[in-house]
Amino acid sequence: MSSCKRVAGATGKTTLHIDPVTRIEGHLKAEVVVEGGKVVDAKLSGGMFRGFETILRGRDPRDSSQIVQRICGVCPTAHATASVMAQDAAMDTKVTTNGRITRNLIFGANYLQSHILHFYHLAAQDFVQGPDSAPFVPRYKNSDLLTDRNKGLAAVNAAAVDQYVEALTVRQVCHEMVAMFGGKMPHVQGIVAGGSSEIPTKERLIEYAARFDLVKKFVIEKYLPVVYLVGSQYKDLFAVGQGHRACIAYGVFPLNDAMTEFMLKPGVYYNGQDHALDPAQIHEDVKYSWFDDSTTGLHYSKGQTKPNPHKEGAYSFVKAPRYNGVACEVGPLARMWIENPPLSPIGQKALKEHFGLDAKRFRDLGEDAAFSLMGRHVARAEETWYMLDFIESWLKEVKPGEETYVKPEIPDTGVGTGFTEAPRGSLLHFLSIKDKKIDNYQIVSATLWNCNPRDDKGQRGPVEEALIGIPVPDIENPVNVARLIRAFDP
Amino acid sequence: MSLSRRDFVKLCTGTVAGMGISQMFHPSVCEAISGSLNGSRPPVLWVQGSGCTGCSVSLLNSVNPHIKDLLLDVISLEYHPTVMAWEGEPAMEHMYKIAEEYKGGFFLAVEGSIPVAADGKYCIIGEAHHKEISMVQAMKDLAPKAAAVLALGTCAAYGGIPAAEGSETGAMSVRDFFAQEGIATPVVNIPGCPPHPDWIVGTVVVALEAIKTHGLAAGLGEVVKLLDSEGRPTPFFGENIHDNCPYLPAFDDDKMCKTLSDKDGCRMEVGCKGPSTMADCYKRKWNNGINWCIDNAVCIGCVEPDFPDGKSPFYEM
Ligand code: SF4
Ligand code: SF4
Repeated sequence: MSSCKRVAGATGKTTLHIDPVTRIEGHLKAEVVVEGGKVVDAKLSGGMFRGFETILRGRDPRDSSQIVQRICGVCPTAHATASVMAQDAAMDTKVTTNGRITRNLIFGANYLQSHILHFYHLAAQDFVQGPDSAPFVPRYKNSDLLTDRNKGLAAVNAAAVDQYVEALTVRQVCHEMVAMFGGKMPHVQGIVAGGSSEIPTKERLIEYAARFDLVKKFVIEKYLPVVYLVGSQYKDLFAVGQGHRACIAYGVFPLNDAMTEFMLKPGVYYNGQDHALDPAQIHEDVKYSWFDDSTTGLHYSKGQTKPNPHKEGAYSFVKAPRYNGVACEVGPLARMWIENPPLSPIGQKALKEHFGLDAKRFRDLGEDAAFSLMGRHVARAEETWYMLDFIESWLKEVKPGEETYVKPEIPDTGVGTGFTEAPRGSLLHFLSIKDKKIDNYQIVSATLWNCNPRDDKGQRGPVEEALIGIPVPDIENPVNVARLIRAFDP
Repeated sequence: MSLSRRDFVKLCTGTVAGMGISQMFHPSVCEAISGSLNGSRPPVLWVQGSGCTGCSVSLLNSVNPHIKDLLLDVISLEYHPTVMAWEGEPAMEHMYKIAEEYKGGFFLAVEGSIPVAADGKYCIIGEAHHKEISMVQAMKDLAPKAAAVLALGTCAAYGGIPAAEGSETGAMSVRDFFAQEGIATPVVNIPGCPPHPDWIVGTVVVALEAIKTHGLAAGLGEVVKLLDSEGRPTPFFGENIHDNCPYLPAFDDDKMCKTLSDKDGCRMEVGCKGPSTMADCYKRKWNNGINWCIDNAVCIGCVEPDFPDGKSPFYEM
């Protein structure tokens, strides 16, 4: 059986369809053209439209944080966060310090969960071989896995598979941490307009801290080392997938009540230069998306959602956001590149040992290695390490028993935008209220930034562009294509 | 044998000590089930329509039994887009092959609703035999061949948020789709947005046990007897939250919370939908017994057929 639909062209080009791309959230198809063992063109198609924007219209604004969480069961806390920030702005509510920190503790626990889930349960099977039992079989035949690369490393493979199982428990424990102040997970009750609904008690904080210690140990002793170990076996994957080398981040985990300082700061990077984030520069194109052409090029605050599922020439339900016309990627790499924090001691040591790199901070990796298939996994692991200290500091800062919630008043009219970062990348929610009801609600999610199709100028989306040059030595087993896509956590 | 008796009793009774055991799950019954779980693993095909993957993520949180034991010892998960190793057309064709090979003998788990507008174009789940397969098509192809369908989560069970007022995709529940298409395969609804992992695992294990004891048709008949008028297994959805809520005495005394962080009283006046909701969250709690919606804020009635429209606004202050 061939591994995917192939259409051989007369010119020595072959078109591959990979549909579904598995181990992601949602429905995604990749269509790549391979020539001379490399990808020369790529199209990414989002195959699902649910229409949250229209479903939200006319509802009580406070309902939105519950509804929008159902956009993604992996990162509901991110959507809840963006939504309540938009509501706080639109309702002119000032969240208490304790409310802000409690929100960070809920959302932070889900960051840990999401990154661990992504590496072990979504991406790891791209590099190591699981047990010979469903759902780990069938799999690609010649998959270029660790076991094939270096027979001596079968032990590494076995360790990674053991960690897969251990990580299932660790991510479950992260969800327990979310639930402590979030009520339950997936889909929390605790992140609400006006703050957070559960005031932390001393006992609860001790329970949270105990679980956090377990997760921290796993991140330091297992996750970080295994990412570098696997990376050292796939050095070639640090040299591919650079894409547009452009990225954007909105800032996440506010460290002050004015929301001007963040654990990871906002910013934009393109053409080799840093720029301050100006939300006015964000527009969405729909020429190649199944939406009505009359809605193209709009700023998100003027955004409209008019599906046109049979539109000629279009190939995706994902709109194409652009910053000042630039296709920017989002996610851990974007945040780490923009913040440029110190690297973990484990990372510094591994980079020296395996790559001869003297790297102290993230940008010391260099643009080529950072903006690469493996670089994105490194960024995610390093970000997980980087946030450990912050979670510890919030645990010290949060005041047991002190108010986390202020009751918001729904105004007759109001507008607000919530900017945050889902674990997988930048997320904004725009809300406008009229007659105390939702008048317009617009969502620009990480998937929109990363997995978009061509814009009105024909410019490829970030993942499409990153696919260019990806090696496909064996057309029957195009394992690198999905490796690249999954490195983004699409 | 990876489901210990202790694990099973825990699964059946919820994690709060001393809350009592539902009739169906008397310890001796639990023992009988856990003692006879050896044998072959039935194939499960898990398809995702218009949903958010939250049901799958929730199932990963299964503690008793651990998700690893469920995947490697209880069922044979032959297709699951978020978990499986393979991808693309061969993965889809594998799914079709299993459905043919095990015709009448596999379970179809459906997560997400089925959007029927625009010829199913609003949800394309992959390609097989060189053509795009919509969720609508996959359901027509697979559901008649399944032994039973598990409609997992409120989207699959009742339409959920993708089918809420304002939706343009024609999203519908499995049972409505079956009625429309004349598909007679039995459906068990396991609602919840998302469903608790115990609700999923518990239902699967009860079904397997009934089938082992009574044979396929009669065993499924036994399972169907456990369902309420909304197609939900009564052991998990047989009791009203409000009638069993720890804040019921406060409600009776008219002692009401004033805000979402004020925990001194019943949550009715801030919007709690416990009175119109049937589920055992009050005793089972969530995430390994850590917390639950009402202790945290309010119940939004996520297991009910009229969620979200009939439960909205969620907050009333
Ligand atoms: S909190 Fe909700 S379920 Fe509990 S008594 Fe009050 S209204 Fe009923
Ligand atoms: S308490 Fe209510 S909202 Fe929460 S999970 Fe149970 S039924 Fe759903």
